[in-house]
Amino acid sequence: SRDGGFGLGRAALPEEIAAWDIDIRPDGQGLPVGSGDVYTGEELYIDYCSACHGDFGEAVGRWPVLAGGYGTLDGDDPHKTIGSYWPYLSTVWDYVHRAMPYGAAQSLSDDEVYAITAYLLYLNDMVDDDFELSNENFLEVPLRNEDAFFMDDRATTELTVFSGEPCMENCAESVSITANAMVLNVTPETAVEAV
Amino acid sequence: MTDTPKFTQSRRQFLAGAAVATGAAATGKLVHAQAASPDPAITELQPWQQYLGPGVDNAPYGVPSPHEAHVIRRNVEWLTADTVSSINFTPLHELEGIITPNGLCFERHHSGVADIPWADHRLMINGLVDTPMVFTMDDLMRFPRENRTYFLECAANTGMEWRGAQLNGVQFTHGMIHNVVYTGVPLRLLLEEAGVQTNGTWLLAEGADASGMTRSIPMEKALDDCLVATHMNGERLRAEQGYPVRLVVPGWEGNMWVKWLRRIEVGDMPWHHREETSKYTDLLADGQARRFTWEMDAKSVITNPSPQAPITHGPGPTVLTGVAWSGRGTIPRVDVTLDGGINWHRARMSGPSLDKSMHRFYFEFEWDGRPLLLQSRAHDSTGYVQPTKDQLRAVRGVNSIYHNNGIQTWAINEGGQAENVEVG
Repeated sequence: SRDGGFGLGRAALPEEIAAWDIDIRPDGQGLPVGSGDVYTGEELYIDYCSACHGDFGEAVGRWPVLAGGYGTLDGDDPHKTIGSYWPYLSTVWDYVHRAMPYGAAQSLSDDEVYAITAYLLYLNDMVDDDFELSNENFLEVPLRNEDAFFMDDRATTELTVFSGEPCMENCAESVSITANAMVLNVTPETAVEAV
Repeated sequence: MTDTPKFTQSRRQFLAGAAVATGAAATGKLVHAQAASPDPAITELQPWQQYLGPGVDNAPYGVPSPHEAHVIRRNVEWLTADTVSSINFTPLHELEGIITPNGLCFERHHSGVADIPWADHRLMINGLVDTPMVFTMDDLMRFPRENRTYFLECAANTGMEWRGAQLNGVQFTHGMIHNVVYTGVPLRLLLEEAGVQTNGTWLLAEGADASGMTRSIPMEKALDDCLVATHMNGERLRAEQGYPVRLVVPGWEGNMWVKWLRRIEVGDMPWHHREETSKYTDLLADGQARRFTWEMDAKSVITNPSPQAPITHGPGPTVLTGVAWSGRGTIPRVDVTLDGGINWHRARMSGPSLDKSMHRFYFEFEWDGRPLLLQSRAHDSTGYVQPTKDQLRAVRGVNSIYHNNGIQTWAINEGGQAENVEVG
């Protein structure tokens, strides 16, 4: 570091910050003024989203599932969707606005993002079909799984457990193979041979 | 051989060594193979002995020998919906040392490779700062630079193996990693230029690509060792690695190393964006999920022999080698086993031991031609010892996707072929 800095770069203009600073936080910071309802969102969703994500958020092929899966997280086959897994609605708004539709990011207006977000809430059985989402009521819609996340606890649950001098000799009486990748045979074929 | 070795051995030691060698030959241990007939690779005139090769202007930017055309990044089609938001894999089984060649560094994009001219890129710092700033790339090149060697491992590396042995090759099971020398400006210097306010405890790093990749990073880490990097292995970043500028977050999961870095916002709480809620959170068996699992735990893998690199030479002297790394420090020690973990041996570390960098280990042994169960076990400088997959599953279950640093087993059969297996 150098006292007073290096004097490099220049001050950002308000218009420049406004153009790039589009992020939204769980407390609503960054949300623009606007609104959109479920019906409007459904039309937009069918036009811009359903080809990949399915008419009801069930997804086509391997594209992400957006709805359903409630109560599956502690099961053998968890379905992680906005409704079942995501903690904050702000993330939905932020991500749809910044990165969707895939291949045409940042093409949706603020009101369109509110409407699509409202429709995604409806697909996840969280609002009625006449619901309208706006910057005014945005924080009144908590998602189901908000409280299921906790800060990385490996320092207390793993690091000490996995430390210390391990066994070096005669650590087991016998060892046998319990799973084989060859049985699955899902690995791509060997690359082209050396010339 | 009549001269006495001049520097490393006294004449007495040399004679003693010669006596041992003679004795070994007498008992048949050092009999070298004898060719049945002259080797045409020697006795026949080869074209490269006779004809001229390409001149110095043939390849202004060189590429590997055509005989190494199989040493390439590979993808696994079924893993993702398309190849644009997807992953490919570094061919670890073909590499040596600790530095990954730039063209072989695995790629992970969320909206493809952004193509950004050096002159058109801008880096903005805004939020809780005294002066929001804009820097050009040329501005960034006027700050003091540092050179550091770090591994970058995708949080999902080995993630397909949580439920069992699945992909048959170290490239696919462990190849979401690369290790290069970065040249960059300490992020701290750029933040100081803008003047972080006292309540600025977090920052949001954002990429310029169409995914607008964002991650929240605690200010403590940003001020510690993060770099805003412009170069890798001496040259400017490859486009697929974030040209013209990427964030370097040593020891932490690859997703946070935002490529095509265009903006850093300072705030007073994390943003909980898509890549730290929906993704890069680790679901445990009880339905709860860890968030902000930043560090990559100590890990190792044997790269040779491995399913893509079988033993082809038959019994006798055999070189086992692999790589190890830890997001919490260096790797002073790696143990290897040939019998699935019943007995372990200290491997030989070779090459630089750098903080949060890949390390290379070797174990040379006489293979007797019997089946082997190979494993490696890394110890890092904090005393942490790489756990087995079963130890991890006991804590986390099988659905956490990310951060699988469990011990890998390769089964070697009598023919020297290797397979990805699990043992118990």
